[in-house]
Amino acid sequence: MVGIVGYGVYVPRYRIKTTDIAEVWGDFSGTIGKGLGVFEKSVPGPDEDVATISVEAARNAVKRAQIDPRDIEAVYVGSESHPYAVKPTGTIVAEAIGCTHDMTCADLEFACKAGTAGIQMAMGLVKSKMIKIGLAIGADTAQGRPGDALEYSAAAGGAAYLIGTKNPLATINETVSFTTDTPDFWRREGEDYPSHGARFTGEPAYFRHVEAGAKSLLKKTKTTIDDYDYFVFHMPNGKFPVAMGAQLGVPKEKLEDSLVVRQIGNTYSGSAMMGLARVLDIAKAGSTIFMVAYGSGAGSDAFSITVEEAIEERRGEVPTVDDYIGRKTYVNYATYAKFRRKIKALG
Amino acid sequence: MAEQGVAQVWRRIKSMYKGVGNRCETCKTYYFPPRPVCPECRRKGKLVDYTFKGLGKIYSFSIVRQAPEDFKRQIPYIVAQVELDEGTRLTAQIVNVDPEDVKIGMRVRACFRKIKEFGQGGIIMYGYKFEPTMKVTGHE
Repeated sequence: MVGIVGYGVYVPRYRIKTTDIAEVWGDFSGTIGKGLGVFEKSVPGPDEDVATISVEAARNAVKRAQIDPRDIEAVYVGSESHPYAVKPTGTIVAEAIGCTHDMTCADLEFACKAGTAGIQMAMGLVKSKMIKIGLAIGADTAQGRPGDALEYSAAAGGAAYLIGTKNPLATINETVSFTTDTPDFWRREGEDYPSHGARFTGEPAYFRHVEAGAKSLLKKTKTTIDDYDYFVFHMPNGKFPVAMGAQLGVPKEKLEDSLVVRQIGNTYSGSAMMGLARVLDIAKAGSTIFMVAYGSGAGSDAFSITVEEAIEERRGEVPTVDDYIGRKTYVNYATYAKFRRKIKALG
Repeated sequence: MAEQGVAQVWRRIKSMYKGVGNRCETCKTYYFPPRPVCPECRRKGKLVDYTFKGLGKIYSFSIVRQAPEDFKRQIPYIVAQVELDEGTRLTAQIVNVDPEDVKIGMRVRACFRKIKEFGQGGIIMYGYKFEPTMKVTGHE
């Protein structure tokens, strides 16, 4: 059966506290972290982008999977901050991790769910026996306009998943999607920063699509909330996934382990995939995981996953999500602005 | 001049991305970047491609505080001579460590970073820099 044969993550070292951002914009109350459920967010170094983050995550995935990278026959990188508008990030990743040249590759974009769309594409190719192993990456160096609400959560990081059939660490039992035309968040060609529909991003966008995806998956798999040990929802902030869980009747403790957003912010295409990796880092064999990724625009990809025994012997091979969360250096707003090219005079 | 650098970047991709150098089968010496001829064995040398493991230690370093225009965003930054475990030395930037914490002999591993951009519309050159090995499970 098709499953995850390897996975790896990467989070840049720098962090900025959300209270530091708030103070720049005149909010000295110190309550922004609690309000958003995001206390600090990851910041990429000046020499990091989606290509470098993807390569580091993919190298971790390959090392954990103990596979020959030449067996990877499809590479998909999902992101909304690809370094080139035209020139695939996937080619850079494939070359850097030592893939065969006889493979297919493409970059994907679907706001925050482009990475899980890549997982579904790789699953299709593996299940139809067109390829042995496919690599799907979700990574972003998310942009937030200075002073905008997004600036508190737009973070950097990525997760890479190797999809195959041989000795999986976790089996993907089923996946479904739900897609509509909902203009809650977008970025036009040539624009530096995205725009969003403010409060519109909640009810008709995130909640509607995540709920529809979740219910559709439960129906298709003939399961209930009680059949799952862990839940992972896309994390645009710390509040939305918790509210979604409450709405669906998910016990808090089943969601808690996936909420990486509190320490690193929203890694966009890497968000739900990073939450899933955090769960895979700790889940016992036989555990069941329910994940729903959400992408603005809008759509959701829902997955039912069962952890296999093979996962336990592969732990300790590569850094965990917590290892990366723990490796941090705080920067102030000025340094953050310099690293993120918000100081235009520097070019 | 957006096309600047294209050929030179493309030619070095294997070395810059994966650390491919070479090794002389005759005298067992490793070379990075790869050499066309073994300077020790000359005609008797037999060079084969070798992918370096990317692990080593800092042989010497310097902290750059006055940088060229392209690198101003990064100052202060560290440039070091890294001695790889296979014996050869190369020059690279050291990242993920503050300048006051870098030390000769520090254990480092190759990581993947953006090296240079040929202007805003030009090609982006990626490749190796080095970072201290993380004190976590399995990083080496």
